[in-house]
Order: sequence, then structure tokens, then C-alpha cells
Amino acid sequence: MSILVIAEHDNAEIKGATLNTIAAAKAIGDDIHLLVAGANCAAASEAAAKIEGVSKVLVADNAAYEHQLAENVAKLVADLGKDYSHILAPATTTGKNMLPRAAALLDVQPISDIIAVEAADTFKRPIYAGNVIATVQSSDTIKVVTVRATAFDPVAAEGGSAAVESVTIAEDAGVSTFVGEELAASDRPELTSARVIVSGGRGMQSGENFEMLYKLADKLGAAVGASRAAVDAGFVPNDMQVGQTGKIVAPDLYIAVGISGAIQHLAGMKDSKVIVAINKDEEAPIFSVADYGLVDDLFKVIPEFETKL
Amino acid sequence: MKVLVAVKRVVDYNVKVRPKADGSDVDTANVKMSINPFCEIAVEEAVRLKEKGVVSEIVAVSMGPKQCQEQIRTALALGADRGILVETDAELQPLAVAKCLKAIVEKEEPQLVILGKQSIDGDNNQTGQMLGALTGMGQGTFASEVTVEGEKVKVTREIDGGLQTVELKLPAIVTTDLRLNEPRYASLPNIMKAKKKPLDTTTPDELGVDIAPRTKTLKVEPPAERKAGVKVESVDELVDKLKNEAKVI
Repeated sequence: MSILVIAEHDNAEIKGATLNTIAAAKAIGDDIHLLVAGANCAAASEAAAKIEGVSKVLVADNAAYEHQLAENVAKLVADLGKDYSHILAPATTTGKNMLPRAAALLDVQPISDIIAVEAADTFKRPIYAGNVIATVQSSDTIKVVTVRATAFDPVAAEGGSAAVESVTIAEDAGVSTFVGEELAASDRPELTSARVIVSGGRGMQSGENFEMLYKLADKLGAAVGASRAAVDAGFVPNDMQVGQTGKIVAPDLYIAVGISGAIQHLAGMKDSKVIVAINKDEEAPIFSVADYGLVDDLFKVIPEFETKL
Repeated sequence: MKVLVAVKRVVDYNVKVRPKADGSDVDTANVKMSINPFCEIAVEEAVRLKEKGVVSEIVAVSMGPKQCQEQIRTALALGADRGILVETDAELQPLAVAKCLKAIVEKEEPQLVILGKQSIDGDNNQTGQMLGALTGMGQGTFASEVTVEGEKVKVTREIDGGLQTVELKLPAIVTTDLRLNEPRYASLPNIMKAKKKPLDTTTPDELGVDIAPRTKTLKVEPPAERKAGVKVESVDELVDKLKNEAKVI
């Protein structure tokens, strides 16, 4: 049986997490179809056809799918999904919003946020804020799964040549409408795909002091993240939050500055390859996961760090 | 209008859980239990809507063993008017919970159903969305702002990259994100009053819902340990280690 992967896109470009999700699909089987549901999404479908490992791209181009409202897309996914053995989507806010709805329409218990494929029906996923890893087996005929992008290496975005087929089903459930969007603008790399992340916590003391981290990040080509404490204190907007309830990241280098290391935060970053902690409290729990720890005042260390790079 | 709020009994968020030695399950014996933090935010939002005069009645519902009564009583102490316990000792997966909730929604006919975005034990983030599918209602997930305007509700949602606003026809489903509000504490007089508020008990059987689990947990284990790190003395040493030892910059 084939695998249906739901592409995350903005009608023009395919988002990176889709490539990691296809990698997870490849660990299950090799006939992978990619669904691009949107409006005026020709550019995204063309890009989708070039992705390595995809055998067919299904395009549902209709006004009803413009903002990928869960009510409309879930119905489409459930209709198409009946013919597949697996339906996968990235565990992003879009995937998490839509896929459980599609699963319930198919009368299936979905499996969220998998980090490994053990067999076609068996997956590993973190529970209790990443403090426990569960191996779960599904007895449903269709496996509906969201994939933690950071746990799978992405497939190549180029090199494939999938056939593109358009899907004519179009239904507006008529219960929801898109009103507007406010996206935070940033020139730095996106948090979930950045190779290096510099994150600040309550120890930064104010939003202005984050300037220091931005400077350091620009030298490193890094993205800037934050702990929940820094977000709640109003230092930075909440889409910068790393943690169980924010973004899950796994960069090559994660630099935690003025972050104590609550378990909710660790759940979002402890799979990073190298972790550096800079904190003046040597008892801070962040030091228990850090590869390199520096016990000192961040206001002295960060400017010095920046000039020495 | 009437609001239905779903609350879950979970291991308290301050407790660090461990798998049992045989790897069969998480050890929850003698562990402190609480109302799931996102559910607390859901109750708070319902109470605030009532205080604004938008909502006339709040019904709190929970599912699981008899002890879930404690979490319903907490919701009643925070301002809910009455409770419903769907009692069962069997394992409940989100699909089963969504089906039980659908049965209760049909009976109670609320205009708004508020749930937390996820429970901090299973970390599934599914139940609200699945209830949406089963009832056909619109869903405003990961809400950071909720405004009821006539026959509609406007929900600002936290998405990757920022915020998105959607408008849903009532009846609708909202799942709460952390920044929706700051839950109040229950006062002692309200805790006493909550003991007198009505709490009905039913079972999945009485609701006509099949709760048979669809997935089986084969094993639970602790995550791979990170190897112990080193403390460096200076920025120079840190830069040197990152360049020459870890080779990440």
C-alpha cells in the first residue's frame, strides 16, 4: 500500500519539515504520494514534484484550501486517505491542527510526534515532556501519524521527478473562515531548521538586552530562541519559545543564556548535538545536559564571546 | 449560552516521572495528581466569559477513574456550575475520549466546548480536533484570544511564525494555549461551596461509546542519557572547545 504525506507549504514554497516527514515515510515504504492542498499553489506543486523519493504529487488547488483551514483540509485528507496504508504530516502547528481531525473522520486513533519508525505499525514517541519514550503499536488499518521533524534527516529537495495529478474534490465545510495573520518578520534562519541557536531566558532581564544575543547570533549565522520565562516576561514574542509547548529544536549547537533549564524547556532542545550553558548559578539544572558550561555573568560573557568569534 | 469544559487528571507537572523497572508503563503509584495545566486555562476562560455575561452555565466534564472527581471539584471551585464524570477504570485514548465527549455534547447542547491543547502526560494534542471531526463543529486550536460576537466566535491562534485569527460559527470548539489567560486560585470558601455543587456520574457504556484501545504501548523507557559535560573557565576556553573539540563553529 502507498503512503500519503501532507505537504506543509504557503502556496509558493514547500516548508522544510515536509522533507523530514518524507524521510520518515521512506522508513515505512517506498510508494510515497505528496498532497499539496492550497489555492494558486502551482509553484508549490512544481517544487513538490522535484523532491527526492516522491512518486506522485496530488494537487488540490481550490479557494477552500487557501489558508489550509483544518475543517476543509481534514475532509479532503480523509476522503483521499481511505486508499492509503499510512497518512503522515509534519508535527507543526498546521499538522497538529489538521491531522487528528482527519483521523477521527476515518475512525482511527492517530499517533503524534513520532521520533522513530520501528516497523510499519510500530513507532517511538516521547511522552511526559520527553522524560519517557514510548514504543506504540497501532492496530488501525490506516496509520495516521505526525512526525517530529528534528528526529529525521531531510530528503533532498531536488532530484525527483514525480507525476503531478490534480484532485477535483473541493469542499468548504462552511464552519470557519480565515480572518488574518500576523507573522513575525526576521532575517535570521528559521528556528526549527537553524544549525545554530542562541536562546535567552529570564536572566536576560529585559527585551533590550536580547540585542546582545542578536549580535552574537548574526556572527554565528544562528537563530534566536527563548525560554517560556522570557516570553511570559514580554522580552520577546512567543513564536521564539523553545520547549514542550513551544518549538522542538535539535540544532548542531544550542547556546542557552540565562536559562535555568526547567523540564518543559529541556523537552524542546535536549536532542541538540552540542549544548552550551552560560549561567551565573552553578546549581542551574541546565548544566546537567550541557556539554560545555560556563558559570559567569552573561552580561560580561556574551559581548566577550561575540568579539572573540 | 452554555459552555462545556473538559478537564483531565494528570501527574502534577512538577513531578519527574520514571518508567517502571519492567518497562511496561510509567510509574504513577503514590505520585501527586493535578488538573492538567491547559485544562485549568480552559476552565478560567469559561469563567471569564461567564463574568462578562456571555455565558450562563459552565459544565465541567472529566473521564477516568473515580478519583477524577477531585479535578471536577477543582473546576467547580474555580467557577464551573456542575460536573459530569464519565467513570471507567479502562485505558482511555483520545479517540475514545472524543467519542464520549460527542455523546455528552449531543445531550447538553453547549454552544462552546473548551479543552486544553494537550495533556502533559500523553502529549497527544488530538482530543479537541477529533471532537471537531465527530461533531462537525469548527475548531479554534492553540487559542491565545477568544471573543464571542453574536453567533460567531473569533479565535486568535498561536501558529509557527506568529498568530492567525479565524472566525467560527457557533457551536464551536476551542483548545487553549498557555498565553490565553492566567488561571486564578480557588479560594477556601469556593472550595467549600464546590462540594455542594451537583456532580453526575455516567459510564462509557451508558453513553453507548466503544472505548476499546486502538494502539498498544509495547514499552516505555527513559530517553538516552547525555554524557556528562565539562565546565569551562573562560570565554577563550569555550571558543577553543567549540572550534577544535566539538567543531561546531
